[in-house]
Formats: sequence, structure tokens, C-alpha cells
Amino acid sequence: MTTVAKFDIKYIQYIDKDGKPTTKKLPKLAKDIDALKTLYRSMNRVRVLDTKAYALQRTGKMGTYPAALGQEAIGVGFGSALNKEDVLVPYYRGQASMIEHGVKMEEVLLYWGGDERGSDYQNAREDFPIAVPIATQLLHAAGVAKAMQIRNEQRCVATEIGEGGTSEGDFYEAINVAGIWNLGVVFFINNNQWAISVPSEIQTACETYAQKAIAAGVECVQVDGNDIIAVRDVAEKAYEKARAGKGPTLVECISLRLCDHTTADDARRYRPDGELDEGWKEEPILRLRKYLESLKAWTEEDEKAMQEELAAEVQEAVDNYLNTPVDRPEAMFDYLYEELPTRTLEQREYAIQVAAKKGA
Amino acid sequence: MPAITLIEAVNMAMAHEMGVDQDVIALGEDVGTNGGVFRATDGLQKKFGKDRVIDTPLAESMIAGVSIGMAAQGIKPIAEIQFMGFIFPAVDQIICHMARMRHRTRGRITLPLVLRAPFGGGIHAPEHHSESTEAIFAHIPGLKVVIPSNPSRAYGLMLAAIRDPDPVIFLEPKRVYRIVKHEVEDNGEDYPIGCCFVDREGTDVTLISWGAMLHETNIAAEKLAAEGVSCEVIDVATVSPLDIDTILESVAKTGRAVIVQEAPKAGSLGSEIAAEIAEKGIFNLLAPIGRVSGYDTIMPYYRLEKQYMPTVDRILEEVRKTVEYS
Repeated sequence: MTTVAKFDIKYIQYIDKDGKPTTKKLPKLAKDIDALKTLYRSMNRVRVLDTKAYALQRTGKMGTYPAALGQEAIGVGFGSALNKEDVLVPYYRGQASMIEHGVKMEEVLLYWGGDERGSDYQNAREDFPIAVPIATQLLHAAGVAKAMQIRNEQRCVATEIGEGGTSEGDFYEAINVAGIWNLGVVFFINNNQWAISVPSEIQTACETYAQKAIAAGVECVQVDGNDIIAVRDVAEKAYEKARAGKGPTLVECISLRLCDHTTADDARRYRPDGELDEGWKEEPILRLRKYLESLKAWTEEDEKAMQEELAAEVQEAVDNYLNTPVDRPEAMFDYLYEELPTRTLEQREYAIQVAAKKGA
Repeated sequence: MPAITLIEAVNMAMAHEMGVDQDVIALGEDVGTNGGVFRATDGLQKKFGKDRVIDTPLAESMIAGVSIGMAAQGIKPIAEIQFMGFIFPAVDQIICHMARMRHRTRGRITLPLVLRAPFGGGIHAPEHHSESTEAIFAHIPGLKVVIPSNPSRAYGLMLAAIRDPDPVIFLEPKRVYRIVKHEVEDNGEDYPIGCCFVDREGTDVTLISWGAMLHETNIAAEKLAAEGVSCEVIDVATVSPLDIDTILESVAKTGRAVIVQEAPKAGSLGSEIAAEIAEKGIFNLLAPIGRVSGYDTIMPYYRLEKQYMPTVDRILEEVRKTVEYS
């Protein structure tokens, strides 16, 4: 018997939970105080937004919402590393990366507030709307990357999926075709340990989610998803490779979902005692703050000022969302096709009449 | 001008549009080197290269999903699902994304793509190769579903499907891929999507059909003419969005309607057409609406296939019954 192929999975972490470097070979970003402060602010912005969104849902002003609590480093890390002309294909818990790539917070709120106009991103025209059906977005990302390849463009595509989503057929079909066609797409797995109530031991027999890419011939790596320096650095390198026509990368980011799956979930039904206490010690925002403090780059006053600014920023988005009137009833007809068929046009007229009567 | 078959017309339309529009590409299983298992894409890869005629791995959801991604960037993919029976892994992508992208982005992202699939029975094929499930897709708002019945319409409608700014499911009745030949000029002229075609004008009864069944329906109409029954034959051609006006106008003229379809009867396109006639044209009717269809059974494996498929005799019987009613 001979061995015909061998594989290994690398794990990347630069800053541990106490904000201390775990290696002397830190990337440039680890010394770029301004960049780190921007990332710190971005992570906090998502957390403030998520907290506000929860409050809106609890007070009946918004529908179901999936927070990204404890997972902010992933979306902010890979979203901020994208160039404007790159394309983001997000999943339903993708608000962090979406905001980093230009989607407005009020658009995120409008979407979860039940209004399709929230997906008409004014500053991210090519980005996909979030995909609710699990894993389907990875194929769209591969298709966008294929279009870029056909046109010989030096752009790339980023897409995200939860670890539970990697059990879907579309996940395997997407990484398979990305490998074969050498597509400029980067797949990020947010391994937050839970697919609603299902933990990894029910989801996979693999030691890592990263290794699934090996079967597709796609380069893969596992990173500490609570270490934004690691996530951002890995993302930058993967994008450079993708834009240069050197193919796809799969990045497994390990985190912990510190919140419920969505506002409609109650994680107390399945989460083991003590998990949250331990999780809060690892979380990404506190970690970066500790690191910044160790560099004498962050003070309590800085924190206070930033929190006040973010609260105002998010409140403005909330106000804009709440002040957006409900769309015209005929809007449900107006974007079905470029030209509405005659039969449906009749239904449109009828719907307008019915709505007018209700309003009277 | 040589006469060509329906499948040659599909090929000619794709080649024409790929020749004039660089954004048009073809993809699917075996579409490249092999030219497709039915030869629909024969010669296209040689002519347009491997970058534009793409052999994909064997994964239907991938074919649909990747086409969505490409179309979002303005590429115009013509994707082949090898048989309609294999379309089901792709249905999540078709229904949840392809049909909805324009709507859910308020027109920001549109998908100019065509998803082709051969369908229908009568060629002694393996299991899962013979069903007629067009109603599943016709039920989904945001999709267009087109079924050509002859070579001329296959050419014109395929051109229209490729040029359409919205996703088109293009179902090819494979039983009649090579049954008749038409002289079709490769002139780039498309036919309208969303319109019925009148195959034959008549005054006593309107026969409404689509796809391969037009073949039997037209034979029946010819026989009935010899008996003194004047049939108007309508090729629905676009099963969604349905051009019900042409059908209603014809039924208003003849006072009788018989719908002929290969698909099972319950919850079918025929049900929808019958309901529309009843809703909007019932006082024009001289007789109950007649329906000739496949049975509400699993499409039988090929030894019993002929027992399932509507025949000329079954159409004749139903039309005579309708005409004799009053």
C-alpha cells in the first residue's frame, strides 16, 4: 500500500482571547493602529445595530431578525477587505459584511422589516440580496466569478455560509465547480457552532469544515473567527489570489453564536450551561479592545465617544427605516418581469382598486 | 433553403444569437465536445470555443445557480438540463432565485437567461425521462415557460427566449425533435413570447394544445374536416404567461373547446385554460369543455407508454362528443 495524496489543515490566529499576540510574525495590519480602530468601530457598529434590531422586533416594529452577536469579526473582517468593484454574495446573517461593502443600515432594517426595497442597495449595485434558502448563494457567487473570468476582469467575489449550510448539496456543487473552473471566489464559513439547535457532532463527521474543500481541490484554511486581524489578513490574501486568476479559497472562521439563531429562536432550549460564559471571554470586540489598550491606543474616553457616535448613527438608520412608508400595493406586480403580462396587469388594476377601498 | 428539424432549428437559433451577441454562452452536461445527448448544441463549441460552450460537471442545481450568477453580471446563459426529469435538483434555484431576483431587488438585478430541457414521452426512454411537468413551472410567477411545437417556432421562439430580459424555461418536445422538417430561414427574426399561434382556422370547435401533442391534434383536425367538422387549432406555445385572449376569441367564435395535453389532468395547464374559459366565456359555450390528457398516474415505463399518451383516436372521440352535444 502506498499513500497517493496527503493533506493538512492550517489554523491561523494572531491575537488570543486576552488580546496578546500568539506569534512574533504578525501581519502589517497588527501594527496599523488607524486601520484597527476602524475595524473596532465597524464591529461595534454591527453590535449596536443588532441590539437595536432586536429591540425593534421585540416592540413589534420589525419582523424576524438574525443577529451576528459574537461573530462580528468575520463579516467585518472579510467585508472590509473587499474592493468597491468586487461583488459580495451574502447569506441571511450577512449584515456585517454587507455594511462594510456599502449596504446602508437602513436597507438592512428595511429588508428585515418586510420590504423588498431593502434589497435595492443604492451603494452596492452588483451585490446580491441575501439568500434565505441555505447554501444557494454559493452557486450564484461561482456564477458571478465565472462571468468575471469570461470577461477577463481582475475582480473577485466573496460569499458566506453558516457551518450547517455546508451539509447542503449546493455547498458541494459550488466548491466543486469553483475548483474545476479555477474561479476567483472566496467562500467564508461562519462556524458559529450552531445551526439553530444542531451542533457540529450532528452536522458532520469531519474534524474541520475547512477540509471539505480538499475534496473539491480548493485551497482551504481555518482561522480564529474571533481574531479580526487573522480574518482580515486571510481574506486580503485570498482576494489577491482570486483577482489574479489563481482560483478559489475556502476559509473556515471559528466563532460562537452568542445570541439566539434569530429573534424567533430560544437557545436556552438546547445550549449547554456555561457555554455563553466561556464564549463571552473569547468574543472578538473585547479581544481587539484589549489588544488596542495594550498598545496604549484606546482609552475609556475613546470608547465612550465612539459608543455615543454609533448610537446616533444607528438611530438615524432606524428613523429612516421607520419613516419609510409602506410601498404601493401594485409594487408586488411591478418587478415580476420587464413587461407585465396582460392577465397579470388586470390583477394589478384590481389590487389597486381593492387597496383604495380599504383605504377609504 | 434546406428543410430542418425542430432540434436543428434550436441549434440554428443558438448559433445565430451566439454569432451576433458575445454575451450569449451555452452550458450544460455534455453540451460541448459531444454536442448534447440529442445534438442540440452540435458544432457550437467548435464554432464558438470552450469559453462560450461550456461542459459542466454533473450537477443540475449548479447549472441553474451558476447561470443565475452569470446572468446577474449581464452574461446571457443558455443552460441545458439534459432531461426535464433531472430538473428537480435545480428547482430550488429556479423557484427561489431565478423567478424572484428582479422582484426582490426591485429591478436592480435581472436575469436574461434560458434554461432548456427536452421533455415528454413517446420515445421509449428510461424512467424519469418522459414526464410532462410544465405546469409546475407555469405556476411560478416570474418565470416564462415556452414550448415550441415545430421547427419554425422553435427557431423564432428560441431567439426570443435568448433576447428576453427575464428567465425563460424552454421546454423542447423531444418526441417531435425530428418528426417533421420545415424550411426555416436563418434570418434572426424572433417570434413573440406570450402569444398563441393559430395552426388552422375553423368554425365548429377550438382545439387547444402545445408541444408534441400539436402533431396528433392537427392530424385529428384533418380527419374531422373530412367528416365535415371544422376545427380551429391553437398552439399555446407560451404556457406562461398564457395568452388567454386568443383562446377566448376563438371559443367565442366556435362555441366549443377541447384541450389536448400530454401531462396528467389534475391541476394542469388544461385545468387553468378550462377555468379561464368557464370564467370569461361560459355563455359562448354550446357544449361542456372537453379535455384529452394523460392520466393522473405516474408516467408509465415504456411498455405501457402508448396506453398513457393521448392518441388521435382519443382526440377524435372527444371532439365528436363535444360537437354532437349541441
